[in-house]
Amino acid sequence: MYSARDWREYPRRYRLEAGKCKKCGKILFPARLICPKCGAREFETEMLPDTGKVLTFTVIRTAPSQFTDIAPYAIAIAELTNGVKLTAQLVDCDVNTVKVGMEVRIEFRRVQTDAYSGILSYGYKFVPKWY
Amino acid sequence: MGKVGIVGYGCHLPRHRIKVEEIAKVWGADAPSYKKGLMLREKSVPPPDCDTITLSVEATKNALRRAGGINTAEIGAIYIGSESHPYAVKPSGATVAEAIGATPDIHCADFEFACKAGSEAMFVCLGLVKAGEIKYGLAIGGDTSQGAPGDALEYSAAAGAAAFIMGSENLIAESIDTYSFMTDTPDFWRREYEFYPQHAGRYTGEPAYFKHTCGAAEGMMKKVGMKPADFTYAVFHQPNGKFPMRAGKMLGFTQEQMEPGWLSPTLGNTYSGASPIGLTSTLDIAKPGDTILMVSYGSGSGSDGFVWKVTDRIDEVRDKAVRTRKLLDENLIYIDYGTYAKFRHKIKKNA
Amino acid sequence: MRDVAVVGVGMTKFGEIWDKSLRDLYVEAALGAIENSGVDHIDSMIVGCMSGGLFVGQEHLGSMLADYLGIKNLPASRVESACASGGLAFRHALIEVASGMSDIVMASGVEKMNDISGDGATYALATAADQEYEVFHGATFPGLYALMAVAHIEKYGTTRDMLAAVAVKNHDNGALNPNAQYPFKITMDTVKSSVMIADPLRILDCSPITDGAAAVILTTVDIAKKLGKPYVKITGSGHATDTIALHSRDDMTTIASATVAADKAFKMAGKTIKDVDFAEVHDCFTIAEIMVMESLGLYAPGKAGEAVLKGETALDGKFPINTSGGLKSKGHPVGATGVAQIVEIYKQLTGQAENGRQLKSNPKVGLAQNMGGSGGSSLVHILEVA
Repeated sequence: MYSARDWREYPRRYRLEAGKCKKCGKILFPARLICPKCGAREFETEMLPDTGKVLTFTVIRTAPSQFTDIAPYAIAIAELTNGVKLTAQLVDCDVNTVKVGMEVRIEFRRVQTDAYSGILSYGYKFVPKWY
Repeated sequence: MGKVGIVGYGCHLPRHRIKVEEIAKVWGADAPSYKKGLMLREKSVPPPDCDTITLSVEATKNALRRAGGINTAEIGAIYIGSESHPYAVKPSGATVAEAIGATPDIHCADFEFACKAGSEAMFVCLGLVKAGEIKYGLAIGGDTSQGAPGDALEYSAAAGAAAFIMGSENLIAESIDTYSFMTDTPDFWRREYEFYPQHAGRYTGEPAYFKHTCGAAEGMMKKVGMKPADFTYAVFHQPNGKFPMRAGKMLGFTQEQMEPGWLSPTLGNTYSGASPIGLTSTLDIAKPGDTILMVSYGSGSGSDGFVWKVTDRIDEVRDKAVRTRKLLDENLIYIDYGTYAKFRHKIKKNA
Repeated sequence: MRDVAVVGVGMTKFGEIWDKSLRDLYVEAALGAIENSGVDHIDSMIVGCMSGGLFVGQEHLGSMLADYLGIKNLPASRVESACASGGLAFRHALIEVASGMSDIVMASGVEKMNDISGDGATYALATAADQEYEVFHGATFPGLYALMAVAHIEKYGTTRDMLAAVAVKNHDNGALNPNAQYPFKITMDTVKSSVMIADPLRILDCSPITDGAAAVILTTVDIAKKLGKPYVKITGSGHATDTIALHSRDDMTTIASATVAADKAFKMAGKTIKDVDFAEVHDCFTIAEIMVMESLGLYAPGKAGEAVLKGETALDGKFPINTSGGLKSKGHPVGATGVAQIVEIYKQLTGQAENGRQLKSNPKVGLAQNMGGSGGSSLVHILEVA
């Protein structure tokens, strides 16, 4: 993971900044230059809500090397309360208890670690919404 | 300059715990004596994706919820006190400030003073607000501390963070006064490039923890002209369950005064987070008009004392974010020593 | 547009081919196709390869492979659409011949995947997904298809047995294919008790890591007739894309790019799915074959799994799928897969399928569906007997 590539994503990964199309209102995460729904090119920044529910999930048992310390881990696609869908890990739970429809909250976590000496990459993960 | 104090506070703790018995089993140690001698039953453990930065961000989000919609761009300083900053060189505070949208008009520094670094951050933020240099200051104490395998510290070294937004309006708790007490006392240290800290055994007690904690508490009370009975609550640094209770009782405080902020028996020692987290759980149950004495301790050694007076706003904000006791007591995930060793990178692997 | 034919095919054995390099594999398949077709030259070649760079550190494949084929000054292009790179190479060869720009074009594909670690291969394959919004978070390719599988199971009640039946059926077919990586039969129990990779997908729900190459010669029907070798006509070609990230799709239980690509191919061929006799589809995972069957309109949504269980898509079923063994048994050298599908369709339509896997139904129309990523791109081709 190279610093610049990681740094460029901070608005999305750190703050959940999305783009809302000024013409049709579609919320895009990540924000884009062209609205895929109406073709308009003007957007305003909107923060994503931090809760949603699981639409589908899996448990990664054979993990890429940067994730072996946390394997097995769940990956979920969740629909947030404003309808935006995104993919992230679902952590802090027994992977065998994850279910479609489960309510989740977004937390700030370390997502990748570049070996022992490289950059640390932070971002969003889902956790069960237990309070 | 008028009043200054806490505008928002929040805590974050990992959900994972390991019991004293589980650690003692591995090292052939006597669990009952640790539980009784140190008054420790279990401690929090950060999973591999939690570090001082992530705990700080989540604690700050809770503080912002209680601060009631302040503009994060108006936070003029961010200080994180920790002995486990994820980078040796690269500020933790920069990531936290970025995550809450507080850049770029902000002063930032990472603090280190063993377990006292969090209260230093609070101390400096209060000073800057009082001086009129900044509107809001964000002070965080947090750690994912490491105790060497088999060492007594392994039973207590835990993880957690507390965040405080200091300001001069809409206070939850007013800072009545502060006082610091410090000498060069080599009771605990970690040299550059070393993974685990070392300590000087029983020397960490009487000439170190107790001298500085009690010295700061007495100095603080003298400065404001108050005695133990004048306080509703008292929060002390808690490297284990036993020390803060003993220090408090030596000073003349009762168990009842200390109970709400005494978390170490089931949380462990969150180092820079310890007394700040104790303050959050005390604020969680405090009533308007209550007064709280808080005294930190950092090896090396020094203590910061604070006197807080809770305002009417506490009733409005306490449940705008999760309470510390809830994070401490509910929905826990107990892990075995193998998982703990993996989580804490105690197992040597190929790079 | 000129009418275009496939007039010869070649492919290597698929598998862990330790003693052959990417260039060795490619030249073997290409020479096979050239000799099989009887052409004395080619005007151009198009190579499908997903990631020579990540798998063997070699890009600029047009230059290198034309060089090792011993043809100087040949227009040689490399195209990429992840696991659909082979299908894309075939489509571009078709366009080149149909347009009149070239008369004889070789469509080819190659991937050499076993020169790096399994972890390196996982990384390379994952570059077909959204790096920043899927892979960054730890999603793997089996993981993405597992997300679709869970959604499909949730919506339609698709069962563990239905998934396993896809793998068993494809191994039954692959057992008859001398070029297959795993030419043996497996049982439902073996699939269902194999190691879990990404719930609910087990290792035997997944296509393997494979080395291999395939090539086919395209020319005009007029030239094909003069060559005097068996040939088949290419009557339909469709190509479509979809969102790169799975989570951006309205429906995660269907492969919309396959539906659109098929509609385009059918329209071009003047046919519907009912006119097709058999198909090679992109069974990178068992759930993929089920979803593609539905996306092509062969079965209603949620009905394909049951059909596989009943044997409707077996070699002797009413609509055989993956007579070659599919990606599951034959192997999946990603860049070569789309071309190898055409090799099988060609063999079936010209009566040349080996070892008794030749369809007894005298098929007239075959369909090949090849896809990239989690369905971010699809190619569908329709071939007919001359």
